[in-house]
Amino acid sequence: MIRVVLPPHLRTLAHVDGDVELDVNTSVTQRSVLDELETRYPMLRGTMRDHVTQLRRPLVRFFVCGEDLSHESLDAPLPEAIAKGSEPFVIIGAIAGG
Amino acid sequence: MSKVRVLVGTRKGAFILTADGARKRWKVSGPHFAGWEIYHVKGSPVDPNRIYASQTSGWFGQIIQRSDDGGKKWSTPGSSPDELKSSDGMPKGESNKFVYDGIPGTHQWYDGTQHPWEFKRVWHLEPSLHDPDHVYAGVEDAALFESKDGGKSWNELSGLRQHDTGPKWQPGAGGMCLHTILIDPQNPQRMYVAISAAGTFRTDDGGTTWKPINHGLHSEYIPDPSAEVGHCVHRIAMHRSRPNTLFMQKHWDVMRSEDGGDSWREVSGNLPSDFGFPIDVHAHEPETIYVVPIKSDSEHYPPNSRLRVYRSRTGGDEWEALTKGLPQRNCYVNVLRDAMSVDSLEPCGVYFGTTGGQVYASADSGDSWKPIVRDLPAVLSVEAQVLP
Repeated sequence: MIRVVLPPHLRTLAHVDGDVELDVNTSVTQRSVLDELETRYPMLRGTMRDHVTQLRRPLVRFFVCGEDLSHESLDAPLPEAIAKGSEPFVIIGAIAGG
Repeated sequence: MSKVRVLVGTRKGAFILTADGARKRWKVSGPHFAGWEIYHVKGSPVDPNRIYASQTSGWFGQIIQRSDDGGKKWSTPGSSPDELKSSDGMPKGESNKFVYDGIPGTHQWYDGTQHPWEFKRVWHLEPSLHDPDHVYAGVEDAALFESKDGGKSWNELSGLRQHDTGPKWQPGAGGMCLHTILIDPQNPQRMYVAISAAGTFRTDDGGTTWKPINHGLHSEYIPDPSAEVGHCVHRIAMHRSRPNTLFMQKHWDVMRSEDGGDSWREVSGNLPSDFGFPIDVHAHEPETIYVVPIKSDSEHYPPNSRLRVYRSRTGGDEWEALTKGLPQRNCYVNVLRDAMSVDSLEPCGVYFGTTGGQVYASADSGDSWKPIVRDLPAVLSVEAQVLP
């Protein structure tokens, strides 16, 4: 079970409270986590990465175990702690005012 | 007795204001989509409980919301729990997928260089006059999209963006937005759109091909003041009984056309300033129009700090100030292009919202005004609906 922490606006959009729990049946990577998240919550498609290019939106970041993986390969395996659910995959909207 | 519902989009959410036909006591609901920019909320003329909303964010992009019960419950089309159970292949999670048709190409940037078309947000949603599932979207960077499945999926009417003049279109201060969509109620093949800063365009074949209709516009702020395109048109309006008569609030100048936009003439007349954003037409009097003069393009507040709606009963040229109930000193708000609307009750109701968060209503065609609410976030759009 993988835990995902969404920023507040995306929780509201997905109609969820608290963390999201996902089962990822393939290798646990940023891409597979995001794919499963968008499958479970299709209203989130396009909000974290572009529909067509699949590039991360500029003001969205992905953090794992305190590390910013936003610029790392989407297909690199994530740490065991993420795959086991002991640490969450954290999606953050940049603090940019507004 | 009929009811009125006023749909308000603001910088931090949507609000729904309702009253009976007397339009004296109002109920306020919201914020819906709290914290998000709501550029526009508009109901279907066929089914007023079918409402579309454009929800946007610099962080998370564009969201389309839809309500089928008059704004009580909302969903992103194609992603409700019931829709997800089915396996019919309909678009899921694509209600916010606005992809330009073909190679997007380039338009003129502020510095005169060419810049790629990039989708940013939906400025305006215009439901069809005949089918609640059919809706048009005017977007930034300027293009026209349509959905025929209630907002689940969108396709570009790319003949507009791919017009030969596209590389000459340029953004105004608010971005290069397609902000106005008018559907001819007597000719389903004819539509008008307006773009800042390109101008006004018309299709006579249901959106396949378009032509610029800017003859008569004169804009001192562009290299060729009478160019075919490049004009910063802020808003156009028509009365449903006279679809060939169009009214325009341009960056500067209030204009009218009596030939479906083929030619325009200035009707600013005695206005204290002919800069402004919204323009609208009385529901029952096709030659009665409303504007809100703003001091200048750098001073976005009313002349002399007096908030005045100006009404012309002669289709322009001669204007009267409407001030009763509006602040007449120390007022420095703006009224944005989509933030004025009329209802079809008798007498006609007129509504507008300000960047200071007030929504004013007149139940007597503009003779007098009262604020429905005073302290909303900055108002981006106002749409009035009459309910049975």
